[in-house]
Amino acid sequence: MLEVFIFATLNGLVTGLLLFMLASGLTLIFSMMGVLNFAHASFYMLGAYFAFSISQYIGFWAGLIFAPLIVGVLGALVERYGLRRVHKSGHVAELVFTFGLAFLIEEIIQFVWGRDTKNYQYPDLLDFPLFTLFGQEFSAYRGFMIAISIGIFICLYRVLTKSRIGIIIQAAITHPNTVANLGHNVPLVFMGVFGVGTALAGLAGVIAGPVLTTFPGMAAVLGSIVFVIVVIGGLGSLAGAFIASLLIGLLQSYAIASDVGMADFLNLIGVSFERSHPLNDLWTLTLPQVAPILPYLLLVLVLVFRPTGLLGKREE
Amino acid sequence: MKIRIFSSKINILLLTGLITLGSTSQAQEPVRIAFMDPLSGTFASIGNSGLKLLQFAADYLYNSKGGILGGRMIEIVPLDNKQSPTETQLQFRRAISDDLRIIFQGNSSAVANTLSTTISRHNRRNPDQEVLQINYSAVDPILTGDNCSFWHFRFDAHVIMKLNVLTDYIAENENIKSMYIIGQDYSFGHVVSETSIELLNEKRPDIEIVGNEFHPIGQVKDFTPYVTKIVSSGADAVITGNFGADMVSLARAIIDAGLDIPIYTFYAAYDGITATLGEDGKNRIRLVHNETSNPIPTEERKDFIRAFKEKNPNYDVTQPRITNALQMVVNAMEITQSTNPYDIAIALEDMRFVTMSGEEIWMRGSDHQAFQDLHVSVHTDEGVEFDADNSGYGLYSEYKVSAEDTIDETSCNMRRPRR
Repeated sequence: MLEVFIFATLNGLVTGLLLFMLASGLTLIFSMMGVLNFAHASFYMLGAYFAFSISQYIGFWAGLIFAPLIVGVLGALVERYGLRRVHKSGHVAELVFTFGLAFLIEEIIQFVWGRDTKNYQYPDLLDFPLFTLFGQEFSAYRGFMIAISIGIFICLYRVLTKSRIGIIIQAAITHPNTVANLGHNVPLVFMGVFGVGTALAGLAGVIAGPVLTTFPGMAAVLGSIVFVIVVIGGLGSLAGAFIASLLIGLLQSYAIASDVGMADFLNLIGVSFERSHPLNDLWTLTLPQVAPILPYLLLVLVLVFRPTGLLGKREE
Repeated sequence: MKIRIFSSKINILLLTGLITLGSTSQAQEPVRIAFMDPLSGTFASIGNSGLKLLQFAADYLYNSKGGILGGRMIEIVPLDNKQSPTETQLQFRRAISDDLRIIFQGNSSAVANTLSTTISRHNRRNPDQEVLQINYSAVDPILTGDNCSFWHFRFDAHVIMKLNVLTDYIAENENIKSMYIIGQDYSFGHVVSETSIELLNEKRPDIEIVGNEFHPIGQVKDFTPYVTKIVSSGADAVITGNFGADMVSLARAIIDAGLDIPIYTFYAAYDGITATLGEDGKNRIRLVHNETSNPIPTEERKDFIRAFKEKNPNYDVTQPRITNALQMVVNAMEITQSTNPYDIAIALEDMRFVTMSGEEIWMRGSDHQAFQDLHVSVHTDEGVEFDADNSGYGLYSEYKVSAEDTIDETSCNMRRPRR
């Protein structure tokens, strides 16, 4: 049982930290512009595909550096020439714009790279088991994923709280007009944040592509869960996003690892049903079966009991 | 003079007659066949490779040789149902309004079931506008069992037939003492699980079922948590009915965890899966399917595959049963000289047809289930003349069960239209 618990924790960490890389960009963008970027997961997918192509010609490590940069530049361009124009028409227009963008990116990816799964592999350098516990290997690449994600979190946190740029960004979130009056170029700050946010999503794609497979549906699989994290963590809160990411990563992992089901619960309270009972499907539900919907359940609970999210400050 | 005028008039008449005759044969309406499968979304790759194959088979076998039924071309019309039953209903309406009367469909038994029910109802209400369902891949037994329909024909072996072959093969392996079953949480996944348990209990009562897991279809990001459970269960082998992205991710997670046990599957090849598994999957992944990938028994089939690869270098002949289905449907049209779904259905019943590989397919009349030789193949790079995904790796047939040994009883009680 112990081995299951340890590995479930490690798996939860890997998933949670990966989700955080996506959620951090999304929550930053939201807190600045007040707009939920529906195309965020699409930038994640773009990152994976760019890195796949680069790795074909130069190698994985080049992809790790250049793919997020390309995605970041693309993101900045989208903000400068797309979102900024649409912004005049209000938030609804911005939402619809990013929504459309998500479809557009998915179609373009299928057009350029095709619809089949891409053979995107991690480098030989990391192709060894980091350690073996109870007969199961924990690959070095997963360790690398954890290291990168934690590194990103620390960098982001320090930049936002300690550096001059961070202070300007934080000020621009709450008092954009004052910051502009002080001589700072607020639109440029917005563009930069959007670019960095999408680059982070791209980076997540680069490191997730080899383990979670690179295929045109990868954005859809992750997209909705990222919104859940941002809402649970509190819109605009980086620390909240971090906690929520880990929470959801671990929650899902533990739920899958567990073996309890409705039947055990019913036995506990002394009720049992025949197999022919019309609601048999309900009585035989197990926790692993419902694991992927648990985050949404958590979302509902948070919205009911703490609408601002775990660490959210917004009072509207 | 008079005679000459008369004859020239006749000439003109004859000429115009010839022209009109010629133009009618020129402008003969194509035989239009709908291909309704996911062409976008998570499972788009499977749908698209199927569409490529059907289009190629129509062109290569018929259109390039002057068409069918005395010069009519076959036109394949793609309809994207996104593998969703709701979207399937909409696309079916579209097919009706476009007068498409033959629908090829294969992906997802849930969709096939919806389509079959919809078609039966539609055909009952519109006896002059009937539609035929050519199911080349949806393998839930119920489609030719309790829910069988006169208008539905299945060209793939259903799950129980396939699992019978697979469990025979597993039963021969004395090293396997425990089995883990994992699958997508919908009708097909459940049938795989229930049938595997039943058949293994019967054939090898000593094999312990150490896990029986379902996960939501197309929703799992990372299969590692599931693999952790497989490892801790101590299973000697895994059976899964997963396909598409769910199959690759599962196999990758198993390989990444360093778990060296055989994985028995239905769909773990092609569309990027073979390339992604590569060396790691060698001698580890096995599939049950019809029509061998290697060795190919006849030159005719080899030529077909080579011609397909020449036209579509980045695709493979992933589902030869699509070609078989098309050939049998065309055969039925030629026999009856008709494209009417009822006539085709009657001709298909109990048809015996020899495929390009020299294997015979029998379409049972009582439930519209096709029977042909079934094979278990291994993922390898040895003896592979036709690889998958241009990766050097492919499938090599290790075990064969002949068609007559796959015949089972059916619970089908078919409602036949009155004529």
